[in-house]
Amino acid sequence: MSVFLDDATRRLRASPAAVPALLAILAIVIITLFGPWLNANNTETLDWLHVAAHPTLQNAHWFGTDRLGRDLYARTLAGARVSIAIGLVASAISILVGVSYGAVAGYIGGRTDHLMMRIIEILSGLPLIFFVIFLTVIFGRSEYLLFVSIGAVGWLTMARIVRGQTLSIRQQDFIAAAVAGGAGTGRIIAKHVVPNVIGPVIVYATLTVPQIILFESFLSFLGLGIQEPGASLGSLIAEGVGEMEAAPWMLLVPGSFLAILLLCLNIFGDGLRDALDVKDA
Amino acid sequence: MTRYFFTRLAGAIPTLFIIITITFFLMRAAPGGPFDQEQALAPEIKANLQRAYGLDQPVWIQYGRYMNSLLHGDFGPSFKYKDFTVTELIGQGFPVTLQLGVMAIALALLLGIPLGTFAALRHNSAADTATMSLVVTGIAIPSFVVLPFLGLLFGVYLHWLPVAGWQSGSLRYLALPVIALALPPLAYIARLIRGSMLEVLGSHYIRTAFAKGLPLHSVILRHALKPALAPVASYLVPAVASILTGSLVVESIAGLPGIGRYLVQGAINRDYTLVLGMVIIYSALLIVMGLLVDLLYAWLDPRVRLGE
Repeated sequence: MSVFLDDATRRLRASPAAVPALLAILAIVIITLFGPWLNANNTETLDWLHVAAHPTLQNAHWFGTDRLGRDLYARTLAGARVSIAIGLVASAISILVGVSYGAVAGYIGGRTDHLMMRIIEILSGLPLIFFVIFLTVIFGRSEYLLFVSIGAVGWLTMARIVRGQTLSIRQQDFIAAAVAGGAGTGRIIAKHVVPNVIGPVIVYATLTVPQIILFESFLSFLGLGIQEPGASLGSLIAEGVGEMEAAPWMLLVPGSFLAILLLCLNIFGDGLRDALDVKDA
Repeated sequence: MTRYFFTRLAGAIPTLFIIITITFFLMRAAPGGPFDQEQALAPEIKANLQRAYGLDQPVWIQYGRYMNSLLHGDFGPSFKYKDFTVTELIGQGFPVTLQLGVMAIALALLLGIPLGTFAALRHNSAADTATMSLVVTGIAIPSFVVLPFLGLLFGVYLHWLPVAGWQSGSLRYLALPVIALALPPLAYIARLIRGSMLEVLGSHYIRTAFAKGLPLHSVILRHALKPALAPVASYLVPAVASILTGSLVVESIAGLPGIGRYLVQGAINRDYTLVLGMVIIYSALLIVMGLLVDLLYAWLDPRVRLGE
């Protein structure tokens, strides 16, 4: 494991963009977490003296304010915090589901595997975003449902990759040894298969996070995600689009924030994939 | 080939049937109905409305009726847009969405393929790196950020193009939405082509073609391109799905009268028939696309035998 990691770190350093991207991601996370301490404005106070004010250092609204005089610096950071949190939690859900599904299908094999893969095939043929839109509309717009439904979409690729890896692991001697030692199927999958697929899982997890952040902002943009007075980058962008001509910073600030965040996450994920040399399943 | 085509087409019917059924019962399981408004209707009026639309019947009878009218090609009346049938609503909006989508996918292919080929030919050069950076950017940044940014730049500040509007399909009005919609699939196609082209260019028959003294363009166009296109073919279904998804937001930002708005609005309004109609249209589109891709794939890669 540690040899594997050393090798990977060395190759990751060789990729020119991945390390700066990682640093930028860390910077963004630090800003969203500790940024509110630098500025006394909060997300909900209405500053009637500065309604739709443009960004300035003088009145402490560094990124300007929106139509209701709410501070955009505070709201953008709060929105980014929500987006990142959903990105992490929903990714964790999709990893959990994808890894268990893929490992079970790959290890058991045969007819079960065939059936399980067929289900994935059908699901990935469907525009799942429509089902998520549906679920969020129909069963209310709770944030927990948002986590679950987004996570439920992200696991398909993960399951496919894990299954592919498991198929080759199953052939190895240590699995035969475990079977001979009397270990049950569940134990073998948990103790012997899953730890050995961790590399590709990490790579696809890093590529899943930006996808899910994108997805969440998309839903919030449509008005189906985070609800007022809460903010997410998507809902802030949607507000900004409406005020584009009069108050362009309302669009530019959250839009750039989301764009930079997604770009860095993608670059880092790509770099990690090249470094660990994981093939798409 | 023909037989394969029709077998697959017949195989799509159960898939469609399952999708319709799930959607139907999912919608009915949701709280609320199409006639719940902020100001509640008088109970008698509501009862009358529900009777008129057959909503007073048990759900499975409604389901049977709906399926029956579907078989006769009737998508039913819209519950929210009074005096319109779902067929009319979709019939009016669909050409707009279709035009937008076709233009976006054409743009993605026409620019993505040369871009990826170019990057592969200049492998590991500065031009390659630059192209691939553009590609990552295109993949990473969603169309609902790209379109407003483009609108701000070209519409509000430079006054070159209109920010929003339809104007019966005028190209000037469609330019920005099409670009925004095409960008993610374009980038993805370029990346796919670069990868497959690199692989193809390293193969023996390409070396032979060069050894014969064939010029670069004819090696690429006549020998390398076709096999390199195979991954792009299998990407076309996700590409169409991504463009359909993108059109939901792009149409609303650019104020285009497509069908994108009906899905979200219809679901919020509990406009059962409209949502079902949308789901049917989208699913059918993707299923047919998947079928076409299979045929295309068999043509691109002769090793693939259909129907075996």
